[in-house]
Amino acid sequence: MLVAVGALAALSFLLATLLVVAHKNLYVEEDPRIEAVFDLLPGTNCGACGFPGCRGLAEALVDGSAQPAKCTVSTEDEKGSIAAFLGVDVGAQEKVVARLACAGGANVARLQAFYQGVESCRGAALIGGGGKGCSWGCLGYGDCEVVCDFDAITMNAQSLPEVLEDACTACGDCVDACPKDLFSLHPVSHQLWVACRNLENGDAVLDDCEVACTACGKCAADAPGLITMQQGLPVVDYTRAHNNREPIERCPTGAIVWLDPEKGVQLGREAHRVIRKGARRASVT
Amino acid sequence: MLDNFRRSTFRHGIHPEEHKDDTRDLAIRRFPFAPTLLVPLSQHLGKPAKVVVREGQEVSRGQTIAEADGFISVAMHAPASGVIRKIGRVPSISGDLVPGVYLEPYPASTQEVADGEPCRLETATPDDIISAIQRAGIVGLGGAAFPTHAKLKIPEGKSLDTVIINGVECEPYLTTDHRVMLEQTDDVFMGLRYLMKATGAGRGIIAVEANKLDAVETLRKACPADLPITVEVLQVKYPQGAEKMVIKALLDREIPSGGLPLDVHAICVNVATTAEIGRLLPHGQGIQERVVTIGGPGIVKKGNYRIPIGTPVRFALEQVGVTDDMTRVFLGGPMMGPAVSSLDVPLTKGTSGITAVTRAETGAHGERRIYPCIRCARCVDACPMYLNPSQMGILAKNECYTEMAEEFHLMDCFECGSCSFVCPSHIPLVQYFRLAKRMLRKTARPA
Repeated sequence: MLVAVGALAALSFLLATLLVVAHKNLYVEEDPRIEAVFDLLPGTNCGACGFPGCRGLAEALVDGSAQPAKCTVSTEDEKGSIAAFLGVDVGAQEKVVARLACAGGANVARLQAFYQGVESCRGAALIGGGGKGCSWGCLGYGDCEVVCDFDAITMNAQSLPEVLEDACTACGDCVDACPKDLFSLHPVSHQLWVACRNLENGDAVLDDCEVACTACGKCAADAPGLITMQQGLPVVDYTRAHNNREPIERCPTGAIVWLDPEKGVQLGREAHRVIRKGARRASVT
Repeated sequence: MLDNFRRSTFRHGIHPEEHKDDTRDLAIRRFPFAPTLLVPLSQHLGKPAKVVVREGQEVSRGQTIAEADGFISVAMHAPASGVIRKIGRVPSISGDLVPGVYLEPYPASTQEVADGEPCRLETATPDDIISAIQRAGIVGLGGAAFPTHAKLKIPEGKSLDTVIINGVECEPYLTTDHRVMLEQTDDVFMGLRYLMKATGAGRGIIAVEANKLDAVETLRKACPADLPITVEVLQVKYPQGAEKMVIKALLDREIPSGGLPLDVHAICVNVATTAEIGRLLPHGQGIQERVVTIGGPGIVKKGNYRIPIGTPVRFALEQVGVTDDMTRVFLGGPMMGPAVSSLDVPLTKGTSGITAVTRAETGAHGERRIYPCIRCARCVDACPMYLNPSQMGILAKNECYTEMAEEFHLMDCFECGSCSFVCPSHIPLVQYFRLAKRMLRKTARPA
């Protein structure tokens, strides 16, 4: 009995000594500022800054490889306090938001089949690509709305996701969630926007969606160099000057739009207006 | 009845209603050409074929219009004589538009096919036969559409003793293999000779379920005496037509997880595929049509038809007529066949049937609600792979895809649909598993 107690006491003493020695000699010196900056960051770990979570950004901020403006979630005041704490410049970062390359809501896009099954876009995409006539269009089950941590996406009455630009932090979760790859991240200054991914040419695409791009090429003709037609879709070269809305004016369907910060989505002069509010009648044969 | 239970089979599985009586006795009939045939370049697993024709070119029936691109790929042949109208995108069963060829047949196009360079059984080497099968564009006609020649190439270090010809056809409504066994009996044995020569297998077994005893009789009567072939009768059960199940039932060998039939010294070839090999190779032709059962309560003129590849489903349904209350169309049988979202989808080499069901089977849209899992474990008893669909369904709902693969062997699921069939809560389990597999593939790919 005594021997056992003694042996265990000796063993624990030995191990405790080992721990103390290890603690002293193997101690990793961490910059205390990392912890402080980490506390100032929002802690959402959204990854929009490009670093692995808020901790990763905190480390980068302290060693100077990133500026506080990198964080897309913090308010200006919060970023300012981080900058003041570290004694660095806040830096400038243009606001980036998620944008949907589809305008085919239920009122304009034809439904060719009724889908029944797992209620999600990814599930519907497995069964014959969902019920929509357009193979590229938004399925409208709102996987992006579910995945958004910032409540920046809401499904509108036409089952299309709408991005609230103020709330969007460009974390990219919706980009990954969409089975049709319709979301992409763009600076808010990119106001010229092609809201269609339909690769087919000609007026036949209008059967499937009234706001689809027919690849008529008028926008590309009005903005030579800036817009080129690639695989039946206009592609805007955002490295060139793109802040004029001239190219959208002659678009017959409204597939290319102008995103106005105040007035929202602006169609061109010649785009036919769809006034229908209810769902376009399904032609299921 | 008792006889049935003495016959060999696998464990688990289900007994759906067969619905084969409507079409089992109807002889195979030919189909007219549709005004436009849509031939996708990827009707098989593996790499799409390479087009060797140009727009506006005239082609004759049976002419090669696309060649195999790599080993896991097969050639495509013109299903009719006509003009290539367009090379572009055609609708597919996945809902995406895939590369394909639009062929407009001539109004007077005949069913005749010119002979090519024949592959003679007596003189051909195994490699000759394998490349001839690839050139003929033959894939698994049972539904999976895996290039047949790729199965026959035995890799170094593997051995083979048995070729199994799968005439089980366990899917409800489908009777194509049944009719092929009755009407193309000689082609089946001819094809089997080619297969045995190509693989060097010592014996062949033709497996047939007990609901096709007339086919068994015909096959046994026609069986050539010089071939080591037997015709075995199996108990009627779904999914016995899956190669893992049929090998278990016949040979009592179990394919290891993630393995192939070759790991247990067998290969399994569908009976219609075998018949096509036997029919086409001696004439050097390619596959331009296939036998399809058009059935189900939504069809007026049910039957077994020999239909050119690329015929749109809409044209096929117009020919046979549909009832007013038809609600859903499957390519294949109702258990494993995918529902189509558009009737413009063309028939491909893997399409064994068109099954149309009515409101009586599906209910009105949205009527069939999905309830939570009550853990009754019926799916566990039904799963022929001894998986746990119940637990996997719950994990899939919560997007725990990695756990499904690592701990619950998701990848062993071959999507037979037995679990969804027995589920009293109507949980779309197979859809969840397919979703999980797709998500895992997406994450496995480097972004």
